[in-house]
Amino acid sequence: MLEYRLFTMATRVSLFVTCLVDQFFPKIGLGMVEVLERLGYQIDFPEAQTCCGQPAFNSGFRGEARQVGRHFLSVFRDAEAIVCPSGSCAAMVRRHYAELFHKDPEALAAVRVLGERVWEFSEFLVRVAGREEVGACWEGVVTYHDSCHSLRELGLAEEPRRLLRAVRGLELREMDLAEECCGFGGTFSVKFHDVSGSMLGAKIESIRRTGASAVVSTDASCLMQIRGGLSRAGLPVRTLHVAEVLAAR
Amino acid sequence: MSVAFHQRIQYALLDERLQQAVYAATGRLRDKRRGSIVPGQLPDYQELRTHAHHIKKHTMENLDYYLEVLARRVEERGGRVAWCRDAGEVQEVIGRLARERGIRLAVKSKSMTSEEVHLNEALERSGVEAVETDLGEFIIQLAGERPYHIVAPAMHKTRQQVADLFEAKLGVGRVEEIPRQTMIARVVLRKKFLEAGMGISGANFLVAESGAVVIVENEGNARLATSSPRIHVAVAGVEKVIPRAADLAVFLPLLGRSATGQPLTSYTSFLSGPRRAGELDGPDEFCLILVDNGRTRILADRGKRETLYCIRCGACLNTCPVYRRIGGYSYPGVYSGPIGAILTPQVLGLSHEPELPFASSLCGACAEVCPVKIDIPRILLELRGEVKKQEARDRRWGPEKLGFLVWAWLMRHPRLFELAGLAAQAMLSGPGDGRWIRSLPGPLKAWTASRDFPPPAARSFRQLWRRRVRTP
Repeated sequence: MLEYRLFTMATRVSLFVTCLVDQFFPKIGLGMVEVLERLGYQIDFPEAQTCCGQPAFNSGFRGEARQVGRHFLSVFRDAEAIVCPSGSCAAMVRRHYAELFHKDPEALAAVRVLGERVWEFSEFLVRVAGREEVGACWEGVVTYHDSCHSLRELGLAEEPRRLLRAVRGLELREMDLAEECCGFGGTFSVKFHDVSGSMLGAKIESIRRTGASAVVSTDASCLMQIRGGLSRAGLPVRTLHVAEVLAAR
Repeated sequence: MSVAFHQRIQYALLDERLQQAVYAATGRLRDKRRGSIVPGQLPDYQELRTHAHHIKKHTMENLDYYLEVLARRVEERGGRVAWCRDAGEVQEVIGRLARERGIRLAVKSKSMTSEEVHLNEALERSGVEAVETDLGEFIIQLAGERPYHIVAPAMHKTRQQVADLFEAKLGVGRVEEIPRQTMIARVVLRKKFLEAGMGISGANFLVAESGAVVIVENEGNARLATSSPRIHVAVAGVEKVIPRAADLAVFLPLLGRSATGQPLTSYTSFLSGPRRAGELDGPDEFCLILVDNGRTRILADRGKRETLYCIRCGACLNTCPVYRRIGGYSYPGVYSGPIGAILTPQVLGLSHEPELPFASSLCGACAEVCPVKIDIPRILLELRGEVKKQEARDRRWGPEKLGFLVWAWLMRHPRLFELAGLAAQAMLSGPGDGRWIRSLPGPLKAWTASRDFPPPAARSFRQLWRRRVRTP
């Protein structure tokens, strides 16, 4: 628990918004800013940031992933705490960089330091800031989709749910397939788009059965996949990132 | 891109009956497993997994030692040991054992290793009829197919299909009731058990300290097949060895629960060599066939060595959202599902099916349920890296490689990344009212084949951030 207490003293957090949120879903980034400022944090956005390198790493292109990973390490080398609206990207830095850079002692040293400073957004709020109630208000029934990497690589099942349950007016209604993959999987979603689409179909059916008006998750990539399917099926269910819900008041 | 692989997947996805049958059957096994490992049933489940992982790790790191001990013990008890490098050697040894004894009929209990070395076909070529006696294996042998699932080989067959098969192949009337089908198989097989000169089994565990072959099963056919014929031949991969019988206290509760949700299977047999003087049951001869077939190559690879820890429970198949859709026959090789996706490329070579390690969303559900904690997603990632390295060595630079080269360059140049974003925004504006895009050309065509694509934001986060900083 020592490391958590250490970081509760951090007053300045660096945002890593991820390439996807930057280009497609900036409202998620704004939501994080809103919530973190509400809790009294000073926000820093290093403008040279781009991507963590995961798309290349997961596609087998480790050389390209290393180039982009090195860029990430240099952009965030002075950050005290890095908060990121994606369990997948946080897990990439925390868990996979060590393997990616195992032959590069210099990068590895930076990875050891930064790996302990990268937090997924809901993880940061609950484990580091020690907050579950952040003064949010959202009227309606939502269901929560566990992002595979938040759940299985970072062990985050309770954190986002506790945050959601503390939102005024919000009812969290669990779906039966909450922990099942939505089928995104990076380039898997185009290389095996039909398998991915079939997985998405089951997820959407599960969401629909809850009768919730919105599905909430910790990863924009899952939400992009799910919303793509909802939009194709013409279903009036919204997709929201945890940060967007917590920013609402 | 392998056309055949994608075609097999398409075929499975389009077969609605198959989709329902496999999804339901794997779902049932998955739920049974889940129910059997809850704290009320098995409070130290996680500790057992960790312990099992460490026993396997220790054994693999000292495999030479434990195999020698095992071989000595088997021989002390009057058994023989044959060391086989590959499938051909296994076929040859068993063929010779049968030929020398004039055996024309062998009964087999379920063994994935014998499937791996294509034993039945080889025996048939040398004039020995090999009959599968596990009900599921019996069904797929009649159908001329390979196992669909490591634990439930005929999972994909409905009882109507079995009725058709029995009618056509066994010359019996059409029977759709499962208990009656079972009785038909029982009558056919009982005769074979009594006539067979050889019983062939696999092994779930080989106990080094005692030389015992441990087999778990539910039908009793393995017990009969290994004790009734005059010679028992056990075919096992070298990784099946464990140091002590006491280690089974860790593995048996994990295996039964992970495979079928059973605290213990109906039968657990400890077979230690031929019948001794004064004993009533058991074979006259016993031969243990230790199979390498690529395993020592996997052992030499530190990063992927834990592939060999697998105890073939099938839990990863039952939980895998990809296996549950594409089914067993989409996979190249006899092992399907997540474990097959890491085992097959290492045994048959990466080029056998280079797309296989990519057929995963890396959701990690397999690693979560693995009773010996094999980190399957990490090994898939390593294999992906090796496939791309191989392609680069062969100078096969596809559009994907070029795409990632450009991408990596853009990602190191934030200004250009931003410009590229603006260009994409102009190109992909969509209907312009915030609605998502229904159809896209080029590499994103595959995306919009299955769902809609988001239009890029009118302003990126970095643009909005700059504006925010300027006007606080």
